[in-house]
Amino acid sequence: MNNKVQNNRAWLLVLPMLVLVAFSAIIPLMTVVNYSVQDVLGPNARFFTGTEWFESILNDSALRAAFARQILFSLTILAIQVPLGIGIALIMPKRGWQASAVLILITLPLLIPWNVVGSIWQIFTRGDIGLMGWGLRELGINYNITRNAGDAWATIILMDVWHWTPLVAMLCYSGLRSIPEAYYQAARIDRASKWAVFRYIQLPKLTNVLVIAVLLRFMHSFMIYAEPFVLTGGGPGSSTTFLSQSLATMAIGQQDLGPSAAFSIIYFLVILLVSWVFYTTIMHMQKDKNPHGGA
Amino acid sequence: MYRIENTQQGEKYNTIFSRTTPAQRRKRNARSRLRSRVLLSLYLFLMILPIYWLINMSLQTNSEILGSMTLWPQNLTFDNYLRIFNNPSWYMGYVNSMMYVSMNMLITICVALPAAYAFSRYRFIGDKHLFFWLLTNLMAPPAVFLLPYFQLYYSVGLFDTHIAVALAHCLFNIPLAIWILEGFMSSVPKEIDETAYIDGYSFPHFFIKIFIPMIRSGIGVTLFFLFMFSWVELLLARTLTATNAQPIGMIMTRTSTASGIDWGTLAAAGVLTIVPGILVVYFVRNHIAKGFALGRT
Repeated sequence: MNNKVQNNRAWLLVLPMLVLVAFSAIIPLMTVVNYSVQDVLGPNARFFTGTEWFESILNDSALRAAFARQILFSLTILAIQVPLGIGIALIMPKRGWQASAVLILITLPLLIPWNVVGSIWQIFTRGDIGLMGWGLRELGINYNITRNAGDAWATIILMDVWHWTPLVAMLCYSGLRSIPEAYYQAARIDRASKWAVFRYIQLPKLTNVLVIAVLLRFMHSFMIYAEPFVLTGGGPGSSTTFLSQSLATMAIGQQDLGPSAAFSIIYFLVILLVSWVFYTTIMHMQKDKNPHGGA
Repeated sequence: MYRIENTQQGEKYNTIFSRTTPAQRRKRNARSRLRSRVLLSLYLFLMILPIYWLINMSLQTNSEILGSMTLWPQNLTFDNYLRIFNNPSWYMGYVNSMMYVSMNMLITICVALPAAYAFSRYRFIGDKHLFFWLLTNLMAPPAVFLLPYFQLYYSVGLFDTHIAVALAHCLFNIPLAIWILEGFMSSVPKEIDETAYIDGYSFPHFFIKIFIPMIRSGIGVTLFFLFMFSWVELLLARTLTATNAQPIGMIMTRTSTASGIDWGTLAAAGVLTIVPGILVVYFVRNHIAKGFALGRT
């Protein structure tokens, strides 16, 4: 990053991309902003409402509950997936046909369409035809995701761990592969314990990829939609209704343009804030690496 | 050879300094390797189980699925798959999904390559802000864009076409592609560019003839990620289509009718959505680890 040439003609290279992304990001976002401050009753009947929609969204107790659930969900899956992902990466074979086979198998859940992931788990956890639901019932455990909120939560978390731990594991695995063999030899000569090797050789190399992993996982879990929608439909009651689902119901189901636009903006601002924190963290880490670099 | 020599050297040091004999140490190493193999197999087994169950169901008749608990198909049947392959309204779902995914991959890679080159080689006014803005698009929840997309594509007459979904998926795929490609490009030494320019290559000539072949594994991995994120996304694809360009994920919901859910066909359709992913990951298996680190290791 440190020996880049100053050249404003580079904008020409960025331009095609900019036009496309602007078409699919800026125009829609402007529409949202437009709706969020108006009450649209018909094609020619719209009134300026100011911050009314924002106030009503911020005071909506159902949405507040969804927000709290969302935070709880994101933090829970991070707390499980990050250590589990590191653990799996550490025990994955490093070379040979086994390494290829394990790689392909591990990435498998990432390549399944999200609603199919929901379907797989819906089938898998059904008491009558699913292996897990049937097995738990045979063991005498009263397990029912359509009635019991606790079961629904546990299943959604299990599903997300199943679905996304591979991403964390793959990121960590690629980080581990970049450690030169000589480091391990030096550690062996020093008679370093396994823990010391992990703490002083592997973990420092992993911090970079872990920041990316946490960023991606937090963001994706924050916009989770299809999987819980198919698996539980947000129920029982609204115990597993997350933010995206509340928003989709409001925007498409009820066609409440104003409130859903205001909701979208608040949702987006939260994401923006978190992205910014991560972005500055990543940039600082890169700066620490090459302290003489200008960028 | 280098590695073997080094390990032997390490072995020698170890015999000098450590109290455990090499035999003991080898035994301990073997035991820890066995333990990690067992743990890994256990994880893989638990991971495969739900997928196995789907495959298992797709090979059974509905009466067998609902009738009794069978851990493997008693009367193996491929009827569920045949039903999908013989019905255009089913298999067109796969064709539709494939079409918008490949359109998206093509558009994205064409605009992302020059942009990533600009980010990796030049400093220009607003470059950092632009990069951050791109990242926010990667993080934007599709639900936020549902309604405006619907209205935008409806008003320009693109609703229910493949290109509409392909363009919508550019929202998160272009930033992702630029992020990954930038990493791969930055690992190519700048001297190569400079030498080529001194040799009289024009920028387009150099870029297409020399630079792109040099990062082709990076491009392959990028295409894999583009495929992955466009293939698995459904919320936008579903909202922007009605009948002509409907993705397979949406057609799958048709299995629930008044007379109950057609579990066998649903399972077979699900299995078929996994197959393209396996094919794609097989092609990039040797480069995928680097790709997951966004080309930065």
